[in-house]
Formats: sequence, C-alpha cells, structure tokens
Amino acid sequence: MEPLNALVSLSNFMLIPALAYGSQLALGALGITLIFSILRFAHFAHGDTMALGTAAVIGGTFFLQAQGITEPFGLPTALLAIPFGLLVMIAYLLTADKLVYKYFRKVKAKPLTLVMASLGVMFVTNGITRLFMGVGETRFEDGNRFLFTVREFRDFTGLAEGMALRSAQALTIITALVVMVALFWFLNRTRSGKSMRAYSDNEDLALLSGINPERVVMITWTITAILLVLAGTLYGLDKGFRPFNYFQLLLPMFAAAILGGLGSPIGAIVGAYVVAFAEMGITYAWRRVFTYLMPEGLEPTSMMQLLPVDYKFAVTFAILVIVLLFRPTGIFKGKVL
Amino acid sequence: MTQPFLIGDSMTGGYGGADILHSCTIAVEKGEIAVIVGPNGAGKSTAMKAVFGMLKLREGSVRLQGEDITSLTPQARVRKGMGFVPQTSNIFPSMSVEENLEMGAFIRHDDIKATMEQVYELFPILRDKRRQAAGELSGGQRQQVAVGRALMTKPSVLMLDEPTAGVSPIVMDELFDRIIEIARTGISILMVEQNARQALNIADKGYVLVQGENRYTDTGQALLADPEVRKSFLGG
Amino acid sequence: MSLTARDLGLFAIMFAVLAMVAMFQSPQLAVTILNMSLISAIMALGVNMQWGYAGLFNVGIMGFTAVGGLAVVLIAQPPIPEAWSAGGLGIMLGLMLGVATILAAVVVYKRMAPSKMRGLAIFAVLVVGYLVTSYVFGPAKQAVQAVNPASEGYLGGAGLPVILAWPVGAVFAAGVAWLVGKVSLGLRSDYLAIATLGISEIVIAVLKHERWLARGVNNVTGIERPVARPIELQPLPWVQSLAETLGWSVSQTASVVSGLGYSALFLIVLAILIWLAERALNSPWGRMMRAIRDNEISARAMGKDVTRRHLMIFVLGSAVCGLAGAMMVSMDGQLTPGSYEPLRFTFLIWVMVIVGGSGNNWGAVLGAFVIWFLWVQVEPAGRWFMEIVTSGMADGSDLKQHLLGSAAYMRLLTMGIALLLMLRFAPRGLIPER
Repeated sequence: MEPLNALVSLSNFMLIPALAYGSQLALGALGITLIFSILRFAHFAHGDTMALGTAAVIGGTFFLQAQGITEPFGLPTALLAIPFGLLVMIAYLLTADKLVYKYFRKVKAKPLTLVMASLGVMFVTNGITRLFMGVGETRFEDGNRFLFTVREFRDFTGLAEGMALRSAQALTIITALVVMVALFWFLNRTRSGKSMRAYSDNEDLALLSGINPERVVMITWTITAILLVLAGTLYGLDKGFRPFNYFQLLLPMFAAAILGGLGSPIGAIVGAYVVAFAEMGITYAWRRVFTYLMPEGLEPTSMMQLLPVDYKFAVTFAILVIVLLFRPTGIFKGKVL
Repeated sequence: MTQPFLIGDSMTGGYGGADILHSCTIAVEKGEIAVIVGPNGAGKSTAMKAVFGMLKLREGSVRLQGEDITSLTPQARVRKGMGFVPQTSNIFPSMSVEENLEMGAFIRHDDIKATMEQVYELFPILRDKRRQAAGELSGGQRQQVAVGRALMTKPSVLMLDEPTAGVSPIVMDELFDRIIEIARTGISILMVEQNARQALNIADKGYVLVQGENRYTDTGQALLADPEVRKSFLGG
Repeated sequence: MSLTARDLGLFAIMFAVLAMVAMFQSPQLAVTILNMSLISAIMALGVNMQWGYAGLFNVGIMGFTAVGGLAVVLIAQPPIPEAWSAGGLGIMLGLMLGVATILAAVVVYKRMAPSKMRGLAIFAVLVVGYLVTSYVFGPAKQAVQAVNPASEGYLGGAGLPVILAWPVGAVFAAGVAWLVGKVSLGLRSDYLAIATLGISEIVIAVLKHERWLARGVNNVTGIERPVARPIELQPLPWVQSLAETLGWSVSQTASVVSGLGYSALFLIVLAILIWLAERALNSPWGRMMRAIRDNEISARAMGKDVTRRHLMIFVLGSAVCGLAGAMMVSMDGQLTPGSYEPLRFTFLIWVMVIVGGSGNNWGAVLGAFVIWFLWVQVEPAGRWFMEIVTSGMADGSDLKQHLLGSAAYMRLLTMGIALLLMLRFAPRGLIPER
C-alpha cells in the first residue's frame, strides 16, 4: 500500500484539474446568478458571450505577440490582453442591454421573453465569434507552461508517481479566489454593491429608496463582463479555445447556479465546485489510485471508471435532476420558485 | 385659511380603469397624525398612494408646504421629504437591519450616523439585531425596520400603509406609541389603518372614506364619539 | 379558424420565391428546400404546441429530433444475427438491470423513512446495481461492437418497413419528454428550458458514443427509403420521357421526382397534423390550455391541474418533434449523430416559431418555410457580400481569405438579428395568434 503515491496520482489527474475547472465554472455561474437576481432571467447567451470575450483577449494576445511584447515574468501574454478583452466585453454587453434587453424591461415583458431575447443575442454573438475565430481550436497559452513538471516533482520527492502543476491551472485557482473575495467585498461593503443586493431583494422598495435601477443593471453587466472574460480566458488557457466548448459550458454553469440556489453568489461557487468534482470524479479512471491503495495481489483489473468522459454532461444533468426533484431552491435558498 | 402641511386636494383617479377615488381630500398638519379609515375596498390605500404619486390623478392636486407636487414621481417626492412605508414587502429581507437602514438613506450623501442613532433610540431592539438579516426577524420587528428605513431620509412627512397589519395587539400598541413619539419630533404622520378604533385614538385628524369619497372628516376623538361613525365603522 | 387573404398572400409569396429558386437556381435545390421546410414546419408545429399553446420553453428540440431519428435505425435496418448472438442477450439483460437498479432505488426511497440510513441504502443499491449492470453490459457491448466493426458493429434494427419508424420515433420522443417533464414541470419556467438543454446533450452523447446501438459517430447509412431513389428512377421510361419534355437531364429529373415523392409524403403528414392541431386548438381543451398560459394562477385557483396539462402538451409537442426527426432520417437515408447540433435543430426551430407567429399553427408553418429558405440562401448571399467587401483587397491577403472563409457564419448572425427584430417590433409574428 502506498497512500502517498495514490494521493499524488489523484491530485495530478483529478483534484487539481477539477479545482481549476470548478474555478472556471464558478466565475461563469456567478455571472448567471447575478444576472438572474438583478435582471431576473436565465441568460442563455452566457456561454457564447464568454467565447466572444475570450476571442477579444486572444486577438489582443496575438497583437501583443506581433509587437514582440510577450510573456511578462514568464506568465502567459494573454494576461496583458485581458484589459482589452474587458473593454470589449463591457462595451458589448452594455450595448446588447441597450439595444435588446432594456426595451423588454421597460414594457415589463415576461421573463421567458427575456430568455428568448438572450437566445437571439446568443445567435448574434455566436456568429460574431465565429466570424473572427472560425470553429476550430485556437491555442494561445505561452510563457512557462509548468510551475513544476512531473519529472521535477519526482526528482524532488522521490515518489514513483509524479505530479505537475500547470501555470494555467495555478493562475485559474488564484485568480478565481481573488475575484471571489473582491466580489464579496464589493457586494457587502460598497454602496453600489449593497444597492445591487437591495435591488435583487426588493425591486419596488429599492426604487422607493432612490436606487437607480438602470445603474444597478449597468453595474451588473459590467461585473458579468469581468467574470466572463476572466473565466473564458482561464478556461481557454487551460483547455484551448473552441467556440462550441464554450456553448457547452452553459449546462454545467446553469447546473452549478441552480444547485447552489439561483440568486445566491456563495451558492454559485459551491455549486460550481460540486459539479466540477462530480464530473471529474465520475468520469475518472480510478485504477491507478486503487492500485496503490489495495494490498498486493488485489489490484483492480478494470479501469474503474464509472462513466466514459463523453458522458460528463450526463453527470451534470443528473445533479440538476436531483436538485430539481428534491430541493428546487438549491443548497443555499435562492430566489423562490 | 392657511395651507395644510401636506394635502391631497379633491383627488380623482384610479389604476387605468374606472376611477377609484372621487374628489377625495386628505390633509395633514405639521407634527400631527392623520389617519385614514374605512371599510374594505373604500380606497384607503389608494388614497395614500395617490398622495405619494403612485397613481395618476385625473383631477385634483397634491401640495406639500404649498408647493404643487402633483406631477412628481414617488422617488422625487422622497427627495422632497416624504417617507413611505408600504404595507407588504417593505424591507430588504436578505440584508442586515443596519444595511436596510443604510439603503433607506441611499439618496443622502451626508453623514447618516446620527439619524441611524435616532432610529436605534426609537427602536432599541433593532440595535441589538443590527447585524441580523431583516427577513429573519419577527413581524413586529420587521415593521420597525420598515419604519426605521423610511425615517432614514429625515422626512418631514411619514406615510404608513397599515403598519399594524398582521401583528399582535401588544406589538400594535407598542408600534402606535412609537408613531406618536415620531410625531412629537415634528414629523407629520399620514397612516392607513384597519384597526380603526385604536388608530383614531391617537389621531389628531381622522378621515373616514367610503367608496373613494370622504364620508366623515373630524378630529380622531370627535369621530370616536360620533354615534353614526361608531355604528357604521367601529362596530357599535 | 381559417386563413385570411393576407396569410394566403404570404404563403403565395413564399411559393413564388421557391418557384423562382427552381427556375433561376436549380429545381433540385428548390425541392431540397421544400422538403426540409416541410420537416421544419412539423418540428415548428410541435414547438408551437408547447410554446404557443402552453408557454413551455423547450430548448432540447435537437434531442427529441435525434431520438426520433434513432427509431428509424431501430425499425428499418435489418437485424444483425452475429451481433445478437455475440452479445444481444447481455445487452438486453444489462439494460434491464440498469432500469431495475433505478427502480429499486426509487422503491427504497419511497418505502424508507427519511434518515441517514435511507441515504446509505439508496447509495448501496445504486453501487451494487451499477457494478452488476456493468459486469453484464460491458463485455456484451464489446462483443457486439467487435462484430464486423467496419460496416456493422451494432445490433441492427427490426427489419420492418421504414414508414413504421415515424410513429415509433414519435413514441420514443414522447417517452423522453415524459421523463424530463415529470422532473422539471411545475417549477420555475426557466428550469424546463435548462433541463431540456441537458437532456438533448445527453441524447446526442448517447447516440454518438453507444456504438452497439446505432454505430455512434460511424453513422448508419443506406437505410431503406420510403420513396424510390433517383438511381432507381433513372431507367424508368416515364422518367426519361418526362426529362425530354422538360428539357432536363435524366439524372436531374429523377432526383426531382424522387424529392417530390418525399414532399408528397411530408405534405400528407403535415396536413394531418395541422388539421389535428387546429381542431385541438379550437376545442374546449385548446381554449383551456391558452387560458392556463395567459393566467396560470387563476387557472390553478379554478382547480385545474396545470402541471399535468403542461406535461401532456409537452409530451405531445415533443412527440411531433420526434416524428419530424424520424422523417428527416428516412429522407436522408442515414443517421449521422455527429451532425446534430443545437444551433440547427433547436434554435433555428425557435426562430421559425417566433418569426411565424407563436400560438398560430399556420404561422409556425410559414415561419419554417421563410427561415429555412433564409438559412439556405443567406450563405451564398453572405459569400457574395464578402466578395464585394473584399473586392478591393489584394488577392491572397490573409484578411481576404479569412473574411471569405467566414461567410458561412453570417447566417447565424442573420438569424439572431431576425429573431431579435421580430421579438422587438413584431412579437406576434407574421401570422399572429387570433
């Protein structure tokens, strides 16, 4: 039995990737939950706007690389391009709001009409992204790709099993942490943040208190844009950029937000990590880990994989179904049904 | 005759369809308590909402300190010094008591500490619970939060829509005491009440509305003494 | 409810446009557009039942379509005896064990009082069930997939006439819809949308990866067709003489005739569905559905079981989508799960319903024709547009190449803008509900 090797193997192939994936989902799910609590609809364009924001960052990255400005302190050039992506995304979402959503708010349309409108925005965004990026995969990760490699880890610890930490993963986890702290500080400590929470709690009373709803909506889109660009860029650095993959993130992001309780930011984060670890855990081949854990002669012969990776959406969906069946308000009671 | 502090003068109007108010007049003097009572569906809340600008008037006007504010939005009226406590959903449930008060003072950009202190002195229980989410408080405490929130703008008129709906009699008495206290500080109170007898008891002026019209208008005590009013509206 | 002169005019314009395609582009193209429009119209009818009658938001049309398509393979393809003998029994047993596991878990959940023990018991049932199921299922699946993998490697179908697959496809879709609806109806309206989005992803994942079922991404091709193929028509004397009269080549004539054969079949189905849908919409049942849609709270207050009605209409609408999916596969003669993407099968149908006029069956049909026509024609138009834009640029420049290559994505943009404009300026659509 070699529990240490088992742990290292598990960390390398499951825990670290799941933590990174969960962080990416959390940033996305936070946006969904914010839009839901302020604008009160399910934002279907989330995945595709994330793709567009990332495309802007990639464009900026390529531009910087062409100028010879690359790899600050060995970090990916994309980090330098993020401000550009933010500007593009904030402008894009605010324009979309002005041209599309604002009208439906004004006429007090049913939530589903807004969902439908977000579908239209999704189409348009999707088209724009593909105009620029095509449908294929774009890789834009550069800089030192590893904080430490499998070989370095093995040499350092002397263990049989190796572990690598990619810079993209480390960056993701750290950024997500910083962003979450900053977001909670904003929501709980600043006047604007509190006015957002007030608006989400009780729209009429917020109006009565002199809170300007259009300003709240603007702040919401701005924060969403920041979350989207960061989540999208980190996801792209980690796994490469393909527009369709971003669309497919929609389901796990929604599942995370609903699992945590729609409208609850802390819920979105918890939900995201639950979804990520469930997806990775159920589609992970546990053979290696158990080979280290079981006594000699009892090593497993099969892959010990509960489901093929192709079915990771099924895992997300199963989580969603369980939540809807047993606790539709989510772990942290979100907005009522 | 001098102008009352706040008056909704001969108000006629409704929510788009048929008129609910018919030339209805409601007024309150500085530092006094005016109470609107009447049977269900008499348009009590509607009359108050009309004074606050949540309903478009077809005829009549609303004047605050002599200034015509008929065309102002409710938000603008808040800035003019009117505070309003709706009957239901009048707090931010997931926010703490203190945050509720802060949100009440959203339009103010000066130091709100002193006002908050006044609210805590008026409702000491809120000071103890200031970090707790307002939605977790009892019904009476929530009403205190709601009133406290409205006081945060330092209004000259406070309008309360059935502040005692759904609270126990003891809490109701307590709340009425606080309202009298608020009036003593020079704030005019305009209030709609189901509990007509208790409300008229503390009222300087009472308005009995029936079907959107003024039926009886007098001091609170006089209305309580009036056998007609007693018979029809106060249950004998 | 009859059509007004204006509605008929809109349809007439649409057919005039199609006729122009036949004249100026090619008759085959016109027939292809016509057939896909008819299939889309049926899907749009199904979605319109859910959205227009009941206000249900189904984002999983792609999944229901694909399930319907699967039915064609399972019904019409000949069975493969070697595969059945290799692992057919194991697969069937495995599937039954899987279902039994879930049922056992449900029984435990219902029988035991809520406690930690119950959670553990359910977990134990699921784990044991999973292990037993995969022990039986895994090897059987491998065995089946190993049988002649280049062209078979799956169990095959029942070898029945292909037309039979259409109603079966509807039933398949209805089954899936029932499961989804049972879980997510009666909750917030957007939950259904998210749940359907999920189920359609899963259906596609299953179709792509369960090779024993329908060969997955290897596709099933050469499925029996309900109408003679062009190649079979070419030698027929009447086709050859028709070609002569029209002045077309024989192969062109044969493919147009074959295509029109499908059109006739589809038209019959569409006509029956419209007739049924219109009758249903104007019956007391239809009025009740719309009453529920317009004011759910008061309908509930009147004692209507809104959730059950919703489930019913959701199942019906999805069944229609499944039927259309089966029709499409039998027209193509192949099931290609790799090409099932949500943009085409789900969101395009939505644009059709909104543009056509939600709540109006004829509107859904017209919307299907208009949008499918645009979908096909915007791409060449986009290329033409890009050619004009790039005409000033040097040949071979990267930007020019890129822009020309991107013309295909113009249509997504166009569809999105069409949807947004309709929602904003004509939310009732081309043929409004009345």
